Amino acid sequence: MKEAGIKTWLPSLLRLALVVLLVAFVTNPGWFEPLLKPLTENNAPAIYNQGSLLTLTLLHLRTVLIATVAATIVAVALAILVTRPAGVEFLPLSRSLVNIGQTFPPVAVLALAVPAVGFGEKPTLIALFLYGLLPIFENALTGLTTLPANVVEAARGAGMTGWQRLTKVELPLSAPIILGGIRLSVVISLATATIGSTVAAKTLGEVIIAGLLSNNLAFVLQGGLIVAALAVLIYDGLSAIERYTARRMGREAE
Amino acid sequence: MTIRFDKLGVVIAAIVAYAAFAAPFATFRANRIVPGEARSMLEALPAATGSLLLATVVAAALVALLKTPLILRLAASVVALAALAVLIGVAGSFLTPEGNAFARISPASGFWLLIFAFTLLLADVLTRLNLSPWARVGVLVLAALAIGLLLASGSWNNLSILKEYANRADSFWAEGSKHVTLALGSLAAAAVVGLPLGILCHRVDKLRAGVLNVLNIIQTIPSIALFGLLIAPLGWVAVHVPGAASLGIRGIGTAPAFLALFLYSLLPVVANTVVGLAGVPRAANDAARGMGMTDRQRLFGVEFPLAFPVILTGIRIVLVQNIGLATIAALIGGGGFGVFVFQGVGQTAMDLVLLGAVPTVALAFAAAIILDAAIEMTATKRRVETA
Repeated sequence: MKEAGIKTWLPSLLRLALVVLLVAFVTNPGWFEPLLKPLTENNAPAIYNQGSLLTLTLLHLRTVLIATVAATIVAVALAILVTRPAGVEFLPLSRSLVNIGQTFPPVAVLALAVPAVGFGEKPTLIALFLYGLLPIFENALTGLTTLPANVVEAARGAGMTGWQRLTKVELPLSAPIILGGIRLSVVISLATATIGSTVAAKTLGEVIIAGLLSNNLAFVLQGGLIVAALAVLIYDGLSAIERYTARRMGREAE
Repeated sequence: MTIRFDKLGVVIAAIVAYAAFAAPFATFRANRIVPGEARSMLEALPAATGSLLLATVVAAALVALLKTPLILRLAASVVALAALAVLIGVAGSFLTPEGNAFARISPASGFWLLIFAFTLLLADVLTRLNLSPWARVGVLVLAALAIGLLLASGSWNNLSILKEYANRADSFWAEGSKHVTLALGSLAAAAVVGLPLGILCHRVDKLRAGVLNVLNIIQTIPSIALFGLLIAPLGWVAVHVPGAASLGIRGIGTAPAFLALFLYSLLPVVANTVVGLAGVPRAANDAARGMGMTDRQRLFGVEFPLAFPVILTGIRIVLVQNIGLATIAALIGGGGFGVFVFQGVGQTAMDLVLLGAVPTVALAFAAAIILDAAIEMTATKRRVETA
């Protein structure tokens, strides 16, 4: 990071350009029509016309946000529980459950949630929630079980109660690793949310699926690119926060 | 002597109590798409059998609730699971009216919760037993055999999911083999390309960041979009490259699905190869060099074997991920179990969804257990050899 010049500012510039492009595209997709027109056949529309891209993008983000917040709360709470003396009995089991859970394909979770809660946003939220739990839980567990022993000892020696140790020492120290799990979970959720449109959830998947059904490549491309751009930007942003907290905590991220 | 409770047992007993007494055991529907009517355990089975199952389940839950020896807990969970598996088939025959081909009987929430509770108990016992890799694969084979036997014996034939299967037995196996071909074929292709690429990235520093970044970005493209985006270039290739079409390369169908799965598989394979090779102890490399090994000998004789468990972990990630993602191939005409899932979602026929989802989950699960065992075996072998 020491050498100045093109290498340091180029990534930031690219990121900025991507943000500008993304915002311009979802607010004024009409501007980009000439670019996408060659991809369509038989004079089909080049820009998704059954709903606003901006609304779908926001709904997509909202779905991911709700699922991730819920998954974070539950996963971190569970990880705290199984690392306390009272819950330590559950530790090996919860590890194997996490491993088993990861073998469930998201499409299967989505389809199986439909009979329980009906079509729409709910099955998508359930699938994203369940799928998002695993990386966060795994990382929270890693974070909480690999704390430097001398720090924990010092906190105990300083007369901190269990609750104080948890909130003032253990959680802040594990924050970078937990954030890493959240980042993974968000990126998986962003992509998985598109599959939610197969069960009628309002996400950007709608654009892609409309494109697949009407053989309109322009739709597939714009839906896919918006999601990919969102994923890249959010991944980058969360990595930056992670590095920042890691520096503050004096722990190397990953 | 005081009675001591097992903490996990309390959870299991609570689930069992709710599932056995308050939740429906099976659902009866007059045909495949009408809403179902719930049947409790005692209503769904012949009187004596129903009470027997209830007694078995309660007894097994008690074993779980109290602090009992592992072997007893193992027996309780296996007996309860076996009884549930056999008797849900009996419930299917018992609830189906004589000669009625339209009625559908499916397991209801109570049944699934009981299965979940005792699987939890079994998983806990197996985790605590700390089985060797071979033993875990053995347990998997035993479970697969038991399920295969139940399927072959026809005792589940009156359950709705198998009625869906009976209606499309031929296409089930055809889609199944397509699914496996897609998942395994793309994995093989990714290994053939990804391993050399990983080795190259390990040796050439400048290449590493670039390649990994590109592969990272590919991973962020949602699977449906990647499947769709590959339709156009492959369609073009099919039309313009002589011989491509006769090889089965087409705009829609298996080709774009295969290519998309291949692209998704590259990152874990390449990244794990790089990490694995980077983790080879410097001392091992120096010793090999000191012995006068050539670069190639060092790669195949020292670095590769030492990095193998990590590389295998990448392969495991890819295989489990591909088995899941291959379901999405159905959206672009690529076949696979996803065909049933999406047909079922379209017709709101949940039995059809299950017909697609259950084999997918079973395949992914089996693949994970087998590869985990393989990883552990190679890793311990290494440790013994190097010790």
